Amino acid sequence: MAAAKEVRTKIASVKNTQKITKAMEMVAASKMRKAQERMQASRPYAEKINNVIRHVGQAHPEYRHDYLVERDEIKRIGLIIVSTDRGLCGGLNSNLFREVLRRMKEWNDKDIKIDLVAIGAKAVGFFNRIGGNIIGQATHLGDEPSVDDLIGTVKIMLDSFTEGKIDQLFLVSNNFINSMTQVPLIEQLLPVKPSEEEELKHHWDYIYEPEAKEILDLLMQRYIESLVFKGVVENIACEQSARMVAMKSASDNAGKLIDELQLIYNKARQAAITQELSEIVGGAAAV
Amino acid sequence: MTMTVHVDIVSAEKAIFSGQAEMIFAPAVMGEVGIAPRHAPLVTSLKPGEVRLKLPDGKEEFFYVSGGILEIQPHLVTILSDSAERAADLDEAKVLKAKEEVEKALHDREAEIDYAAAQAQLAETVAQLRAIQRLRKRTGRS
Repeated sequence: MAAAKEVRTKIASVKNTQKITKAMEMVAASKMRKAQERMQASRPYAEKINNVIRHVGQAHPEYRHDYLVERDEIKRIGLIIVSTDRGLCGGLNSNLFREVLRRMKEWNDKDIKIDLVAIGAKAVGFFNRIGGNIIGQATHLGDEPSVDDLIGTVKIMLDSFTEGKIDQLFLVSNNFINSMTQVPLIEQLLPVKPSEEEELKHHWDYIYEPEAKEILDLLMQRYIESLVFKGVVENIACEQSARMVAMKSASDNAGKLIDELQLIYNKARQAAITQELSEIVGGAAAV
Repeated sequence: MTMTVHVDIVSAEKAIFSGQAEMIFAPAVMGEVGIAPRHAPLVTSLKPGEVRLKLPDGKEEFFYVSGGILEIQPHLVTILSDSAERAADLDEAKVLKAKEEVEKALHDREAEIDYAAAQAQLAETVAQLRAIQRLRKRTGRS
């Protein structure tokens, strides 16, 4: 019966693991729904601010904001990398980091230096380990991040862009396609890619209070912040759905393992019974 | 029927209000502005204070903004707020406490604090309080 007992303890331990993964799956599923709602809720702001910027751009074609001008020579770039704070979410972070490393290699080959801002504990850990030049970080934003938490880290990058320390700024985050699919995405934030120019139907301009430049500065800063915020919110939705999927497959695997172990246990038990019986019969025959 | 203008109030986290209004009052940096339908296009930044909407059914809505940007087109008004809250959502006790703390910090000369920051915070809390008190008066709550 020794073998049967061993198998039994193993089944018990796999069952415990399955309980944990199942609980995590359900927690992730409910958090995912909320995260998706928040993602939807943050959309109007981004749309509206985009509209305003386009209007201003149309009304003021001659004035080019600093953030709109492409720089001739690119010596140093900035990356804002959005990752999760916690693990156990499948290949979400590793896929993202692999993509980043691939792009970083391309930039390295062109002799372009890279400054990093890491959002999320996983990115901080990873890029510290590989020796990235991290100039800012934000971790433990929780499930409901607020824009305030990000302003500081974004401003570091905006300032170094204005000062000419970096010539391009990219946002790296996971793009939420649906709950099964998340795609790592590297998006250029600065200089802002001009949206498709629409035909000017009639010329009009805003009244600016106070100065046009001040307002535009403010608008541009808010715009970049809102894009980064959107990336963070979307990444949380990605994290939860990736975790849900990973935990679901872990629970399924645990179920399969239990079935197999159960078979082995039954066989071992049956073998023990058969052996005992034959021993008894053998003993009786000898008497 | 009176003329109305479409108003959108959004903050980065969520959309706060979207609908028609007869008149909008907002705390612009250069002073409070009142906007009627067919206002000339205007962009301005906002300081902390309350945004008041006069709705077509005669009711009024209050919102608290801690700053942001106001964009006006003849038939569309957009308020991109840094953090907008419906005045009814503000918790007066919390606001009063914040105000006390800021005032204490301002008076406490020993404390090493950023006076400009403290003053800005005070202005913000006072504006929040005003929004609440105005709301109380309307709704007749004690």
